[in-house]
Amino acid sequence: MARMSLVESAPLPLWRHPEFTRGAREMSGVSLGIAAWALVTGVAMAKSGLPLPLALLMSLIVFAGSAQLAALPLIAGGAPIWVVWATALCVNLRFIIFSAGWRPYFAHLRFWQRLRMGYFTADLNYVIFMRRFPEPRPAPEQLPYFWGGVVTNWSAWQLPSLAGILLADRIPTSWGLGFAGTLALLGLMYSLVADRATLVAAAVAGCAAVAAYALPLKLNIVVAIAAAVAIGLLIDHTTPRRVAPEDDLT
Amino acid sequence: MTPTEAAITIVGLALLTVVTRAFFLLPDRDLPLPAWLQQGLRYAPLAALVAVVAPEVVLTQGQLITTWHDARLPAVVVASAYYFWRRGILGTIVSGTVVLLLLRLGFGW
Repeated sequence: MARMSLVESAPLPLWRHPEFTRGAREMSGVSLGIAAWALVTGVAMAKSGLPLPLALLMSLIVFAGSAQLAALPLIAGGAPIWVVWATALCVNLRFIIFSAGWRPYFAHLRFWQRLRMGYFTADLNYVIFMRRFPEPRPAPEQLPYFWGGVVTNWSAWQLPSLAGILLADRIPTSWGLGFAGTLALLGLMYSLVADRATLVAAAVAGCAAVAAYALPLKLNIVVAIAAAVAIGLLIDHTTPRRVAPEDDLT
Repeated sequence: MTPTEAAITIVGLALLTVVTRAFFLLPDRDLPLPAWLQQGLRYAPLAALVAVVAPEVVLTQGQLITTWHDARLPAVVVASAYYFWRRGILGTIVSGTVVLLLLRLGFGW
């Protein structure tokens, strides 16, 4: 795919930039799944017994579905605050791994800008951004693309989540609507399988995640990422490259 | 937990969101990541997706499912077939969800 080369002209506002639209469009493919998932999460939040204003506050400011779902039963059960926080930290560990991936793209920005961008980077923003910009170096079209994806993802999450909280009693959870979210991730997953190495890494990650499922706090996700990175590196370093020779043997 | 404590807990959770997501973005100084790690990170997004999807498909309450009469399996087959036919994620979601709802609501799977 041709990388768009932008002439250094008068700066467009971010949201008028063609890459903003592109970021929004590429995120909108999975938005239906995100929305279904957010709706189910919203219902779960309302039914956890959290008072309505607090449920709304949690959705609006925490903005991390898995951590919210992990924290809810603990809050409802009156667990000590530090236990809730420690749980959320473990569930969020994968974001720390992802943040290392963001660094080469955004390290040159101002501190508050990095902090602000970090806050909005949910899992799918990372996945879609890295698919669009596989080369880890800054480029001018990255910021508009990033924000286009963020705006789409944030809306696709927050609006159904708030709707789920407010309409909890009228939304049937037994239908398994949340599975739409899993299907969105499934499609996205296929789009990332590029070669044999990624296919093997994916298979290893899947087995590791299922095998380690009994671990508490969704740590099986961290185990799966570690296993996939290890096997991926192993393949990279043992496979002689036939196409696209690389000068990595420095 | 009193509402005040719950509110404090929630604000702390929001701070955790920003601190974990921005973790390696925060230092101003150069952060030398080893080249192998940088290279290996290209497998991380795919792995995270698979790690969420796989258990959702093959496990029920932490146990491997033992029956074919589980609506999720045909839903995933149809969704996958759609994806490799058209390469569209929206259609993948819709086709799989339709199969899931048909089997759940129509056949009680």
